[in-house]
Amino acid sequence: MSGWLHIAFPPLPALFAQLLIGLINGAFYAMLSLGLAVIFGLLNIINFTHGAQYMLGAFCAYLALSYLGVDYWGALILAPIVIGLIGIAMERLFLRHIYRLDHLYGLLLTFGLALIIEGLFRQQWGSSGLPYSIPEILSGGQNLGFMFLPNYRGWVIVASMVICLVTWLVIERTKLGAYLRAATENPTLVRAFGVNVPRMITLTYGFGVGLAALAGVMAAPIYQVNPLMGSNIIITVFAVVVIGGMGSILGSIVSGFVLGLVEGLTKVFYPEASATVIFVIMAIVLLVKPAGLFGRAT
Amino acid sequence: MGGKTWVAAVALLGAMAGPAAAQISGDVVKIGVLSDMSSLYADLAGPGSVWAAQMAVKDFGGKVAGKPVEVISGDHLNKPDVGSSIARQWFDDNGVDAIVDVPTSSVALAVQNVAKERGKVFLMSGPASSDLTGKACSPTGVHWTYDTYALAHGTGGALVKQGGDTWFFITADYAFGHALEHDTTAVVLAAGGKVLGSVNVPLNTADFSSYLLQAQQSKAKVIGLANAGGDTDNSIKQAGEFGIVAAGQRLAGLLVFVTDVNSLGLKAAQGLVLTESFYWDQDDATRAWSKRFIDQFHRPPSMVQAGVYGAVTHYLKAIEAAKTDDGAKVVAEMRALPINDFMTKNGKLREDGRVMRDMYLFEVKTPAESKYQFDYYKQLATIPADQAFRPLSESECPLVKKG
Amino acid sequence: MQHDSVIATAGEAREGTAARLVAAALILAAVAAPFFFYPVFVMKALCFALFACAFNLLIGYAGLVSFGHAAFFGSAGYITAYTVKVWGLSPIAGILAGTAVATVMGAVFGWLAIRRLGIYFAMVTLALAQMIYFFCVEAKFTGGEDGIQAVPRGTLFGLIDLNQPFAMYYFVLAIFLIGFAIIYRAIHSPFGQVLKAIRENEPRAVSLGYRTEHYKLVAFILSAGLAGMAGGTKSLVFQLASLTDVDFATSGDVLLMTLIGGLGTVLGPVVGAFISVTMENYLAQFGSWVTVIQGVIFVVCVLTFRRGVIGEIAYHLRRRRLISSASATRDPLPG
Repeated sequence: MSGWLHIAFPPLPALFAQLLIGLINGAFYAMLSLGLAVIFGLLNIINFTHGAQYMLGAFCAYLALSYLGVDYWGALILAPIVIGLIGIAMERLFLRHIYRLDHLYGLLLTFGLALIIEGLFRQQWGSSGLPYSIPEILSGGQNLGFMFLPNYRGWVIVASMVICLVTWLVIERTKLGAYLRAATENPTLVRAFGVNVPRMITLTYGFGVGLAALAGVMAAPIYQVNPLMGSNIIITVFAVVVIGGMGSILGSIVSGFVLGLVEGLTKVFYPEASATVIFVIMAIVLLVKPAGLFGRAT
Repeated sequence: MGGKTWVAAVALLGAMAGPAAAQISGDVVKIGVLSDMSSLYADLAGPGSVWAAQMAVKDFGGKVAGKPVEVISGDHLNKPDVGSSIARQWFDDNGVDAIVDVPTSSVALAVQNVAKERGKVFLMSGPASSDLTGKACSPTGVHWTYDTYALAHGTGGALVKQGGDTWFFITADYAFGHALEHDTTAVVLAAGGKVLGSVNVPLNTADFSSYLLQAQQSKAKVIGLANAGGDTDNSIKQAGEFGIVAAGQRLAGLLVFVTDVNSLGLKAAQGLVLTESFYWDQDDATRAWSKRFIDQFHRPPSMVQAGVYGAVTHYLKAIEAAKTDDGAKVVAEMRALPINDFMTKNGKLREDGRVMRDMYLFEVKTPAESKYQFDYYKQLATIPADQAFRPLSESECPLVKKG
Repeated sequence: MQHDSVIATAGEAREGTAARLVAAALILAAVAAPFFFYPVFVMKALCFALFACAFNLLIGYAGLVSFGHAAFFGSAGYITAYTVKVWGLSPIAGILAGTAVATVMGAVFGWLAIRRLGIYFAMVTLALAQMIYFFCVEAKFTGGEDGIQAVPRGTLFGLIDLNQPFAMYYFVLAIFLIGFAIIYRAIHSPFGQVLKAIRENEPRAVSLGYRTEHYKLVAFILSAGLAGMAGGTKSLVFQLASLTDVDFATSGDVLLMTLIGGLGTVLGPVVGAFISVTMENYLAQFGSWVTVIQGVIFVVCVLTFRRGVIGEIAYHLRRRRLISSASATRDPLPG
């Protein structure tokens, strides 16, 4: 609470640096909340396993490097495929049984699955984290004048923006995306057009999970790789999705980046509250505009 | 399905009965290792601490004063209420004579209260808070391995002497973080240094780059990390990424264990300065003991785990000498006996419960300096016990009689 | 929250007699329990049982899922611990103070949250609870992560020393029974019937002329206040109040307890709390496997076992009776 008392307004370049850092963190929120939104849009399930799947992505990168000699770039391709396939298996085994039930059950089921995955990984790899280095070509950084920007962070922000943009284009501008959106609205009708809706649902889940795994690989060189890394971030990402409007693709992307910025500013002016500010915003958004900033009123 | 579950539920409830309430202490000496078995501190304490206690008992011969010694273990989940409820049950119901380890300060404070009420021995190897021998001290509480005061004085004092006279703190926004920052600030100021600023960070933060930038802009020579566990790892990893150490600032980990260095890798952790009371590669005795640990766990033992072994051994020696497992009498005997084992040279248990031991200031090696597996530290200085720990004259412990 | 309401059906009179017998047996068991089990353990389970019952009032009867009930449980714990330790209040006054604060918080939270439905309701409660957590981390009086320790249990009416395990046990049991009775009365009153109507079909309840918002708010306040009563009592049992109890994980635990026992059943949350607390106690030495087992329970409950332990038992008992009494009609129950 004393934060306000000893804060001097930082010089403008320093503030700019903090905003850039916030934007980079927002990139992770955006990628994770994008996956959650895609899954929620079609499956109507709040995928609490998303954090665990993000963790699996990071572990996949670590294991691929240690046991198969696959480097970071290989992991960027390998992890989303492997973890996406695991996601597909989970959807076939568990999730498909509960589509007709209340949201709560989907949440509880995926929460339970997350506990199992995280517990098993803790049992196997402990909880103090595993080393993973930044790829050689991206180490070092650029002096931007107002700050030292590590090359890797630059890569993260560019890559995640491209991924978000491509996903958005696929969903909003292609035929496949049109089917997806239509199936969200009226699955029976889409099935009547000869589209295999259950398979589409399965593949969509796999895709959302793959996005989480991709974010996990990108996080591995800069955040601690440990079995709990997902459970710490999932509630925040969850809030990001709600703020953006559940199921809204654009909303999840925009609110991911924006909340990264807001959090970045909080870290300067009132750092103690940086983990709480997103929940304050969520409460306000829900009370003023319940469908979220970009959601359609239902 | 319903029927089966009911049976299972009844079986579970039945399991609550446990062993009979009447236990004659003395038939068996029971040692309970209470630790974090599955979360944040599981690698630096946890199963490794249980193993260390079992080894201590085995090396002692499995018997003390002609009676068998038994080791049991439990997981306090880092929750004070869970820890205190296990401790109560162990003492009241299971005939446990001593509790060992407890790597979480808040849990240790709760267990200290329970043990104090019952006059039972509490051998603290894991917890950091110096309050455990300060205002929360107990006649039967033994703080074995290290404390926040020693970490602050070791790292803070030594770095200022080496010219690190301006500091910026990145502090976990929790009591232990504030305590570390407060203690270290006092040392830095007393040695003629200055503190240029600090930032309070919520627990379990993934990204420290914002705070590291603030530290960088302060132009302080030393960045003090008053945090623990995953937060410390993340801040060190990202400091490397932002070229903080390469640009000439030093990182001081105020609560860093060898397990953290092991998980970070030398590339990320190099140059970090920290204080510990034990390092596996100090001499032949530490290497011999650690080899057994490494064979089992494939990572170097932490000072907490080594401390569990030492504390249990000393406890058993005291029972052997006192011919009783009565808490107060055993601790009196522990005070009388000098402590000597592979990690402790001429240690002494003080009246406030503090074990007086030398601490060591280490610097993490660069990957080039590291010659073999787990070759992580170079020793910068030895901090003698009387400089490392809070003098009795400043003690808030009610047990300390001041002349 | 579409599921069979297990308790309220035809044949309620007969069930009433049976329920009374079960209740008498359970109370007898509770009175005898400390002679067979470790008292602190049973006290802990009773506190969580009351907490789960209060939570169930909201989720099981009003169909409102809260992700933030730890805020009431934990805050009341702090208030009780602080008033007893620092102000020297008597144990009863301390628990009442905690309950009162939780009730007021419940009024504010409820007033905000009931404007939203379903998952949005849950998210509002989550957001508010995270703010309370933040407050508890920052506020001086809560003692940070060390919590408020060494809280004296005091004496009851200046006579009975609550440091005696048995005295404390019967004190806790009394509080539990009072809380449980309040919940039981609420469920089996016209108020409870309206809540169930809202759960099953809110628009219909509205069209019948009920001010559903009003009912939901009262249920929320009652639930929060009783959760606070449980939290305050727990802080006296353990003689400490800590951040654990305001943490999100505690909100998850109480959901797990209610789910295992059976949503919307009177005894379900009690059974669920005992199972969960027992697991935490006796599986503790298995480390991370506890997490795995909890996860498996969630998955199994959701996939095969949505009525919970008590719900399944009641369902099968009732089906057997219905089949035997009405053998002419085929399979009288859907699904």
